[in-house]
Amino acid sequence: MAHVTLNAECAAFTGGATEFDIAADSVGRLVTELDRRFPGLGEFVEQRMSVAIDGEIHQDAWISPIGPDSDVYLIPRIGGG
Amino acid sequence: MSETLERPDLKVVGTRPIRPDGADKVTGRAAYGADYNMPGQLVGKVLRSPHAHARIVAIDTRKARAIPGVKAVITGADLPEVASALHQGGEAASNMRDLAMNVMARDKALYEGHAVAAVAAISAAKADEALAAIEVTYEILPHVIEVEDAMRPDAPVLHPHVFTEGLEAKPDKASNIVKRSGFNRGDVAEGFASADVVVEGRYTTQPVHQGYIEPHATVASWGADGQCVVWASSQGQFMVQTYCAKVLGLENSNIRVIPAEIGGGFGGKTTVYLEPLALALSRAGGAPVKMVMTRDEVFRATGPTSGSVMYVKLGAKSDGTIVAADIELKFQAGAYAGSPVAQGCMTALACYDVANFTITGWDVVTNTPKVAAYRAPGAPIAAFAVESAVDELARKLNIDPIAIREKNAVVSGGKAPYGPTYQNIGYVETLAALKASDHYKIPLGPNQGRGMAVGFWFNIGGLSTGAIHVQEDGSVVVATSNPDIGGSRASMAMMAAETLGVPVEKVRPVIPDTASIGFSMLTGGSRTTYATGMAVVQAAERVVADLKRRAAALWDTAVENVEWKDGVATCLDAAKPDARPLPLARLAATAGRTGGPISAEASINAQGAGPGFGAHLCDVEVDPETGQVTVLRYTAAQDVGRAIHPSYVEGQVQGGAAQGVGWALNEEYVFDRDGRMENPGFLDYRVPVASDLPMIDAILVEVPNPRHPYGVKGVGEVPIVPPLAAVANAVRGATGVRIPDLPLSPPRIMAAMEKAQG
Repeated sequence: MAHVTLNAECAAFTGGATEFDIAADSVGRLVTELDRRFPGLGEFVEQRMSVAIDGEIHQDAWISPIGPDSDVYLIPRIGGG
Repeated sequence: MSETLERPDLKVVGTRPIRPDGADKVTGRAAYGADYNMPGQLVGKVLRSPHAHARIVAIDTRKARAIPGVKAVITGADLPEVASALHQGGEAASNMRDLAMNVMARDKALYEGHAVAAVAAISAAKADEALAAIEVTYEILPHVIEVEDAMRPDAPVLHPHVFTEGLEAKPDKASNIVKRSGFNRGDVAEGFASADVVVEGRYTTQPVHQGYIEPHATVASWGADGQCVVWASSQGQFMVQTYCAKVLGLENSNIRVIPAEIGGGFGGKTTVYLEPLALALSRAGGAPVKMVMTRDEVFRATGPTSGSVMYVKLGAKSDGTIVAADIELKFQAGAYAGSPVAQGCMTALACYDVANFTITGWDVVTNTPKVAAYRAPGAPIAAFAVESAVDELARKLNIDPIAIREKNAVVSGGKAPYGPTYQNIGYVETLAALKASDHYKIPLGPNQGRGMAVGFWFNIGGLSTGAIHVQEDGSVVVATSNPDIGGSRASMAMMAAETLGVPVEKVRPVIPDTASIGFSMLTGGSRTTYATGMAVVQAAERVVADLKRRAAALWDTAVENVEWKDGVATCLDAAKPDARPLPLARLAATAGRTGGPISAEASINAQGAGPGFGAHLCDVEVDPETGQVTVLRYTAAQDVGRAIHPSYVEGQVQGGAAQGVGWALNEEYVFDRDGRMENPGFLDYRVPVASDLPMIDAILVEVPNPRHPYGVKGVGEVPIVPPLAAVANAVRGATGVRIPDLPLSPPRIMAAMEKAQG
């Protein structure tokens, strides 16, 4: 299972917990599972978060694959100038 | 001077061909936003609030409407209500209601310069007459400018619906504090307890503007059939299209946006101000409407970046190992939520491997223009505080400033403070390059100081479209939907030429309108050469595959028997000894026989953008009698992945450093006691000019990004991150006094030196 770490901004949805082991093979399935466990978190992630998979940041990439041992971080979306 | 990587297999990438936009720009042929005109166009102008915070009780436009030659007058009442919802129109999500309210105030004006009405007339004089005839009744409200003032419990509240997000206990009172964000690692108290040395400081920066030379300008035409056309200078024609559609309640397909040449953006043209108003005025006036901001309006009504107050505490062992950090960042957002404080938090320690830290950020609304993106939003501000503190640490421990950064450097495989694992980063290589520079060895004279600082930016990928069209004679057009703010036309043409195997002179880069090419996210986030370049390479690869298929058909052989090299198809089929090589021009001329026109378009969501790191070195001399700072030498080393066109990349590094020097030494918004900006012009808001700066030596360090076909990393934002602290640290060296407040203007330096001398 992928090890998933949520940014502190997500903690309001999870009761404070920020680390989980989740079986999901894509970003889309990960978000769906997070929303199933913590209703509302899916939309929050969709609008405000990027997903870093094994160090690589993915934005709006629901089909990006997640490996069984991947290290996944949800971090605030990044823009720029 | 740069020494870029040897890649003998690359013929175009890494060379320095003549820039494709150069001749137009130096001859005046380039058509910027204000250069567009339409037959019968009207002149549009905006009435702006003279008050920093006021309730709009009533707006009487009757006298203005009665003036002959005035064709349209609009206020907020003429624009649709827009629901509060986040939209991913640009790079980060923007609240569309806030965007609409910023374009035109409704019940309250939230800063001096906030638009309250707009007119269109047959001449500028008539438009001015109409503005003067509009009667606005204001109820002036208490205002708040400074970030810590706005955070006080008794501060005047801008938005009664804003309750602070991110607090443990849900607040029951509206506040100007929109959000708390932050990161933690380890045990900070334990970390400080183990430290041999602790430094602590309060640092402040002022709002600064991107300072683009070209003011915002647009022409909009609302057709009788509801089909609209907008000519605009922006960082994204699709961004303009979407934002206009959201503000006016239209469908995107009814708005065609034609991108103008852009005279600087630096993040400040990633949103809209005039375009929706010009469209609404055109609809009301029945003619095209042209609107051009004055410089005064650019300063008063468009977004600078945040002013800030920051607290930094660092603890280190005597060998220089940083063991604890406690950082608090308070950023002005301006009139609506959305300062770059979260990015400030994420980047504050991005160059450092620190076991224990806590970083807290506060996003705070104030009665100032809504901030807009500015190169590496938030990062230069945070880096000013952190890099100043690291400099103090190095001084206390008597450690070389590069050595202390090497001691604590993040490396590939290590964790970024915001979570993910770094991959293929070139940070220590930039430190090594700076240490090896001639600059670092030059001895200093009296009243001179040397400062160094480092910086980080994420760089992003995202949605991009690139298209290749082979012309009938075999020349090539490469089309992308990103306005060129930093040389992207050159890099697109070069990557297309490299992939196709043709000389770059055969490739013409163009930037079509929204109806003529697929979507791209705006130009920003240091994404274009990476993401759009990846789309261009994929499109070019499809063309090459198509050309090989066509050659195989002409030779009546299998495609596997076709080699494509240097723009020529060669038959490798031993059974076809008479098959002559087919150059691109020949295949283009006979395209009809092999299936029709040769073109391909690739639309992608590029992932895998690599972060960038920079290390800057600055020498200054401070006049002890006036406090005037002269920058003597400046060297900037940066990991750029691979430079497609090194001259452009060096230009990005030099430009970022120059803007950072201005931020450090001169630039600031000055408000009077009524919250009105006192210096809305380049005479009183002083950006550095060429004579203020030495030649900035850019050292390009190349640690390629394996996720890009040519190793590209974004380069446009990193170089503005270190200069604020590099300059401040140099001034500290020259004067012996740490001045924690920007800008380091002569009066401030004199006051600090006089105070230090008792």
